[in-house]
Formats: sequence, C-alpha cells, structure tokens
Amino acid sequence: MRLEVLNRGYGPGTKLLFALIRLFSRHPVPDAAKLVFYRPDFYGSRAKEFTHEAMRGPSAWSVGDRELMAAYVSQANESAFCVGAHSATARRAYQDGPKVAAALTELESAPIEAGLKATLRMLGKLTREGKLGAGDMRQVLSAGVSRQQVEDALAVCAAFNTTDRLADALGFQVLSPEDFEAGAKYLLRRGYR
Amino acid sequence: MSTEDMPAKDVPGEDRPTEDKPTEDKKRAAYRALQDRILNGEGRASPQHRARAFSNAGLSPPLDGLLGKVATRPTLVTDADFAAARAAGFSEDELLELVICAAVGQAARLYDTGLAALAEAAGQEDG
Repeated sequence: MRLEVLNRGYGPGTKLLFALIRLFSRHPVPDAAKLVFYRPDFYGSRAKEFTHEAMRGPSAWSVGDRELMAAYVSQANESAFCVGAHSATARRAYQDGPKVAAALTELESAPIEAGLKATLRMLGKLTREGKLGAGDMRQVLSAGVSRQQVEDALAVCAAFNTTDRLADALGFQVLSPEDFEAGAKYLLRRGYR
Repeated sequence: MSTEDMPAKDVPGEDRPTEDKPTEDKKRAAYRALQDRILNGEGRASPQHRARAFSNAGLSPPLDGLLGKVATRPTLVTDADFAAARAAGFSEDELLELVICAAVGQAARLYDTGLAALAEAAGQEDG
C-alpha cells in the first residue's frame, strides 16, 4: 500500500489479531481489512456499519444481487481489487459463476431478470458519468423495480464508489483467486461489520 | 470452486421490519454519520483541508493533483502523487484522512444524484 502507516501503524492488539488471521486462515490479511483496522474511529467503524447495512441489512434484493451490484460498480470504476473480491462473493452467493461472468462481460444478453439488469445499467451510468436523469430512473421503475429497491441499490453504489476509490488510490494488493475465495466465504458468513 | 461452506441457496435479505422507521433512513443515516465524522470530528488534517478534499474544490498543488484523481480517476493515482504531497509537508495520517474525504465526497455526490433522479422520476409517476 502507498501509505506506510497502513502496513505498519498498528498497536500490539491489532498486530496480534492479524498474525492470528494469517495463522488460522492460512491467507494474507486483505488490504481492505487493514484499512478499516487503522484508526477505526476516523473511518473504519462507521464505514463498516454503513457497508454492512447496505450489503446485509433489510432489502428486497438478495445478498447475491447486492454483491453483483458491488462487482458491477467496481468494474465501472476499473477497480481490480474490488471486482475480484465481489465477483467471487456474488458467484458464491448465487452458486452460479457463469451468471456473474455474463453480467459483468455482456450485461444485455446476461441471464438475469429485467429489474436487476435495468438497475445494474443505471448504477453503471451513474458511476461512469456522474450524471443521471429522471428518464434513466423511469426505465428502472418501469422494469418493475420498487422505489425502495432503487434506494437500496444506490446505497450499495455509494459504499463501493467509496471503497473502489480507496482501493485504487491507496494501492490495495490484488489477491490470488484462492485468497479472494477465502475472503468471499468470510463475507458471506460474517458480513462487513 | 469448492462447494464447502456454501449457503444452501442465495441468501435473501432480512425481512423488513414493519413498524420500524423506513430502512432507507437507516442506510442514509449511516452514510451521513460517516460524513459527519470525517469532516467534523477530531483529525490530523485541518477541517478546512478535509472539507476541500470532500468537495474536490479549492485545493492547491500538490494536493489538488492527488485528491482530484481520487475523486475522478482513482486508478491514475501514482506513488509520485503521494511523494509530492509528502514533500509539501503533509504527514501520512493527514494524507490518509484527505484521501478518505475525497473518496467519500465523490460517492456522496453520486448518491445524491441518484436519489434526486429517483425523486423526480417517482414524482412524475405520481403526477
């Protein structure tokens, strides 16, 4: 990572925790975890609360749908770490790798329901262009997506537009496929808190 | 992909509590709490620098280069951007705070843009 404090600036308790994670999981501590453990009162504690609420809190979207949105937004931002982490988590949540790959490579022909497809299209446009009109949103609503679902999707979008920027600016190390799989298991078991 | 530890099927979201406040308030309130903390709470960077990083406006070199990229094209950030900011006297803790403010600020603007488009579209539907 580009800031040395994120590699070394931890107290003894956190250092011990990282050592135990490495020992028992036999995987490295992802840079995303290091970031939220560094001075958690400034960013990590509240960022985890918000991300958990967006990704695991009450919603008509399934966990798999929200992980796919996270991967899709991250792809629009070209954020390699977050695409790797959340496409692995979406594949595992859906138990369907081809569906996730299709949504990320060729959305229009992907075998996903019209409402989710329209929502992903809207999130991609908002993320890439920073602009969105009422007409874009009407297309989502007319695909059968409720207002509440749109709001829930926008919360996922905000969480990952934040995390993607931090991952790329701070230089999160992209993990191996095995390490991303281990992270996906953890995120489905424990969430983001 | 191994099948161990897989959930039985895709996990639905929790049921919406019927008598609670609408859940969108909880999600938005959680993001507002994050914004409020990084802008107004105790920090190593000045509140003025944090506010400017958040709004991506009014920054001077070399911070404008680093933080402008965080907001608009974070994949273009380089080691040299951080080196220039360190050479201007900013500590690692200050830079981390300012990078966080820039990232949250841009995401907050996108969130607001999406919610405004939704309000407009939903208002037209009602009308």
